[in-house]
Amino acid sequence: MNTNEPVIEVTDLRRVYGGGFEAVRGVSFEVARGELFALLGTNGAGKTSTVELIEGLARPAGGRVRVLGHDPYTERSAVRPRIGLMLQEGGFPSELTVSETVRMWAGCTSGARPESEALSLVGLTRRAGVRVKQLSGGEKRRLDLALALLGRPEVLFLDEPTTGLDAEGRQETWELVRELRAQGTTVLLTTHYLEEAEGLADRLAILHAGRIAVSGTPAEVTASQPSRISFELPTGYFPGDLPPLDSLGVTGHEVVGRVLRLRTDELQRAATGLLTWAERTGVELRGLDIRSGSLEEAFLRIARDVSERDAATADQAGPAGNAGRTGNAGQAQHSEKEHVA
Amino acid sequence: MSAATVTGTAPAKSTVTAVGRMTSLARAELTLLSRSRATFFAAVFVPLVLPLSLRSTAEDMDLAGSGLSVGTVILPSAVGFSLLFAVYSSLVSVYAARREELVLKRLRTGELRDAEILTGAAVPSVLIGLVQCLVLTAACAALMDVEAPEAPLLSVLGLLLGLAMWPVLAAITASFSRSVEGAQVAAMPLLLVSMVGSGTVVPFEVMPDRLATFCELLPLSPVITLIRGGWAGNLSTYETLGAVATALAWIVLSVFAVQKWFRWEPRR
Repeated sequence: MNTNEPVIEVTDLRRVYGGGFEAVRGVSFEVARGELFALLGTNGAGKTSTVELIEGLARPAGGRVRVLGHDPYTERSAVRPRIGLMLQEGGFPSELTVSETVRMWAGCTSGARPESEALSLVGLTRRAGVRVKQLSGGEKRRLDLALALLGRPEVLFLDEPTTGLDAEGRQETWELVRELRAQGTTVLLTTHYLEEAEGLADRLAILHAGRIAVSGTPAEVTASQPSRISFELPTGYFPGDLPPLDSLGVTGHEVVGRVLRLRTDELQRAATGLLTWAERTGVELRGLDIRSGSLEEAFLRIARDVSERDAATADQAGPAGNAGRTGNAGQAQHSEKEHVA
Repeated sequence: MSAATVTGTAPAKSTVTAVGRMTSLARAELTLLSRSRATFFAAVFVPLVLPLSLRSTAEDMDLAGSGLSVGTVILPSAVGFSLLFAVYSSLVSVYAARREELVLKRLRTGELRDAEILTGAAVPSVLIGLVQCLVLTAACAALMDVEAPEAPLLSVLGLLLGLAMWPVLAAITASFSRSVEGAQVAAMPLLLVSMVGSGTVVPFEVMPDRLATFCELLPLSPVITLIRGGWAGNLSTYETLGAVATALAWIVLSVFAVQKWFRWEPRR
């Protein structure tokens, strides 16, 4: 048995909707056994469209998908008993109780867990007798998750599993997903909560307009982003009063009211230069915020404009991107140490 | 090949069978049907009450020479109403409701095949239709002196063809709607045409010839023809084969249409 064998293989995947809208435009990635892979993206980026193709719910317009070595669309019966999935919106008859819903689903699932086990996994035991229509949004999500886990799947697809959950429910779901992953379940997760991807994913990809804009481990993606320093200009001072920004390793800046924002790939050098200047001049930098590149930064930049393909944003997925990543790794470490706020 | 290695790691699981899956779905649908009062009432009581209203019409018909009696006019009609209301009309609502609640989409993510989903959901309605037909037959026999059928197999064949055909027609009809209410409207044309033109209210034997020829091609017509013919024993081999062929043609066409056009998700 080769544990490195990809469980999910997606090659140049395309999806075109009836009106000619191309929702997925050549997406490729692999997920290894036991790995948790997150697909991030703004609304309409193509996350769900991509995931539905991998789940075998629709036939791709182009490209190839393999799940556990099979085509999920044409070899549905080979794949389905081994996967579990949760759609973005659960579909359960509103007049059935939670318990009846689980029993119905169990009757359709190979090797189903006992009802009590499925409900206790997601903390719905006490709601077993309640009609689905009376559940809160969060409880419906958890019922959906219980059904996804019913057949002890080898591969789990979670489409925005924590949307609509409160903070506590979200934490519990994350804990459960971590546990499943620890037991060897392969997970493909879509989310628009960045902390969810950062906290759970082994690797992630950010989709934009049907293409993968960035992919890598959360650390790699984060390291590809410039770090930021922002502070309030002291009264009577102007940006021109600072040491030349080039000499600090600052690659860009903007002024919003009294607040100055600096972008840099060399956070330690820029911060040291700035703080030394402040010390020497005897001014206080109010609202000082020094932070290394973040996933949020990466996400917002991609969402804002992908045509502005500067820095390492562009082709992280390719071999060229790998080179860029190793180049940035050292800096990422530095900036973590420097993470004062 | 990756398939072989990955498959090798699959843990042994007890697998569910197609029958098991459909039974599970059918049980849930039965629960849902019992909780939906309006649908339940329409399915169970309308077909039991409607035939009574036909009695006076049937008694006024000029049946001399047609080989029919009041009983053999009403009984097949009653079975027709059962197929139309207990099976067709209620299933149109069921399919539309499950689609709008995204239940069909969710079911398709599991191990159920498409045909199993549609069949499983249809089971309770088909059973109700079947029980109703038996009750109606018994009632007609008891109340209207209907004698034992001349060719019972033809009647049974007609009933079975009807029970196979109407759920499929319901699935197509449901695809022409955007909501449960809309589905009831979408069901009206076929419901009305069938009631007027398929020999339920007016037997073909008493229709003008040209109209009868056209009406015999409607989906409910062969079902009524076979059931009525089975009872009266007045069908020639040619007529029998014609009716069976018409029924089979409708079933094949509808199955094809469902495969091609059935909508599993709401329009957004």
